[in-house]
Amino acid sequence: MLQVILKRIAIAIPVILVVASVTFFLVRMAPGGPFDAEKVVPPQVMKNLNAVYNLDAPLIIQYRDYMVNIIQGDFGPSFRYPGRSVTEMIYTGLPVTFELAFYAIIVAIIIGVLAGVIAAVKRNTMLDYIPMTIAMIGICMPTFLLGPLLVLFFGIHLELLPVSGWDSLAGDKILPSITLGAAYAAYIARLSRGGMLETLSQDYIRTARAKGLPEYKVIINHALQGGLVPVVSFLGPATAGLIGGSFVVETIFQIPGLGRFYVEAAFNRDYTMILGTTIFFSTLIIFFNLLSDIAVLLMNPRARSEA
Amino acid sequence: MNQQSSLWSDAWRRLLANKAAVAGGLILLFLIVLAIFAPWIAPHSYAYQNLELGAQPPSSEFLLGTDTLGRDLFSRILYGARVSLLVGFVATGVALVIGVSWGIIAGYFGGKIDSLMMRIVDVLYGLPFIIFIILLMVIFGRNIWLLFAAIGAVEWLTMARIVRGQVLTIKNQEYVLAAQAMGVTNMQMFRKHIFPNILGPIAVYATLTIPQVMLLEAFLSFLGLGIQPPMSSWGTLIRYGVESMEEYSWLLIYPGLTFTITLFALNFFGDGLRDALDPKISSD
Repeated sequence: MLQVILKRIAIAIPVILVVASVTFFLVRMAPGGPFDAEKVVPPQVMKNLNAVYNLDAPLIIQYRDYMVNIIQGDFGPSFRYPGRSVTEMIYTGLPVTFELAFYAIIVAIIIGVLAGVIAAVKRNTMLDYIPMTIAMIGICMPTFLLGPLLVLFFGIHLELLPVSGWDSLAGDKILPSITLGAAYAAYIARLSRGGMLETLSQDYIRTARAKGLPEYKVIINHALQGGLVPVVSFLGPATAGLIGGSFVVETIFQIPGLGRFYVEAAFNRDYTMILGTTIFFSTLIIFFNLLSDIAVLLMNPRARSEA
Repeated sequence: MNQQSSLWSDAWRRLLANKAAVAGGLILLFLIVLAIFAPWIAPHSYAYQNLELGAQPPSSEFLLGTDTLGRDLFSRILYGARVSLLVGFVATGVALVIGVSWGIIAGYFGGKIDSLMMRIVDVLYGLPFIIFIILLMVIFGRNIWLLFAAIGAVEWLTMARIVRGQVLTIKNQEYVLAAQAMGVTNMQMFRKHIFPNILGPIAVYATLTIPQVMLLEAFLSFLGLGIQPPMSSWGTLIRYGVESMEEYSWLLIYPGLTFTITLFALNFFGDGLRDALDPKISSD
């Protein structure tokens, strides 16, 4: 068990290093220097600028310095916002994005698991069809459409909830969290329904019923653990989607999180910011995938013994 | 194993019996026809600006209204269909070519080659590709062909896994062993025996990849990192719709509705195709 986890970590570390290296060289391949858009500057100023951003060293030295720095948590200065470091921007944006993602995933798990479990237990009834149809809509409706529609209806039409911002008006976190969580609620509903249906047909469930346990105890004590394995293994890859979703949601609702910083950096060609956040996001996603793999191993005795 | 003709005609019959799939297929066909004949169907130019007219609500003259620059929304949605569907098909094609060849090679040769190739797929699966596509678009410019290639290049992983699994089962069947014993070359083996037998799962997965690809394109275009003006896809139309939705809600609602219905149709058609071609694996 411990060996498997160590093996996964041993694979993850070189992957992160390769991703960081590839990203570094890709960004350095970008046409033009970082200051091209600016008005023409005297050569001496250019030279000083290059020195500040460590662009005057040979590429391989730049690479070495960069890698050494990021291991120490220093992603260098931002190209577009002089005086601000990428690390500082990650530091201010990340808590907001995390909070948003956390609420979204809570919304998704509560609605998704509840709908999925009920649908599985009440299979082929209205309590199965209606939630599953809504789930299908939830999967087809993209975040960048759902968000504006919710704003249009609850914010502008009914004037019930604030349409933008974060932590400034009461209730301004509700719409973004629902927008980001909706698609995941739909996926989780489908996954937990599938997982529950499979688990409910197992022998040990029949045994539990045969010994006279009430149905709700059969479900809560016996079926849920096995039935929710697909949900847990989905949560790791879901982080990647959540980060992508946060780009959209933070843009729509003007939330000062890391996702919006990233989109702005991509727009402004803030190369150091893009480089730093790409490496940071990648590490984050690989880490969450690792976590969910371990959680699945812990939850599933069969996978544990195979390993 | 059934004869090939009866396998396909069985599947066709099962597909026709599935109402949701048929409806999805018909909607798709309709959209494709509209997209192809957009220049003849569109009542107005998609690019002609009439600033004096400005944004008008739907009327008999402008079926779905006009945007803030006075351009006919219906015509713009028609032309947007061309770009969105083209991205869907081309990028899926790219994903197909990479995924199918990768899967066939890994599955057919097996052993070390297989485990190495599949390990690469496993590692790539864990990477944040949305971020890499954005990175590529930033570095190499927002070029539509690059967009196709980049999206296709990230969507092939699942295809490779599915194809490999299919090839693994097929290659141990007696007729393949017999062909091998008769000295058929690898190339002939792929063409005659393996490829025709994995066509079903490929068709199913390709249909289900198209909506994902279109979603990815619309996502990028929504952020302003995908299709660039004067071209517009449904994603860019939704982006403009959001900008002016407070006063002119139709600019958001109609493109959004078109896009969602299309994704619906593709998903239902793909699900139906899967059930029809492989009754063993029904949907979850």
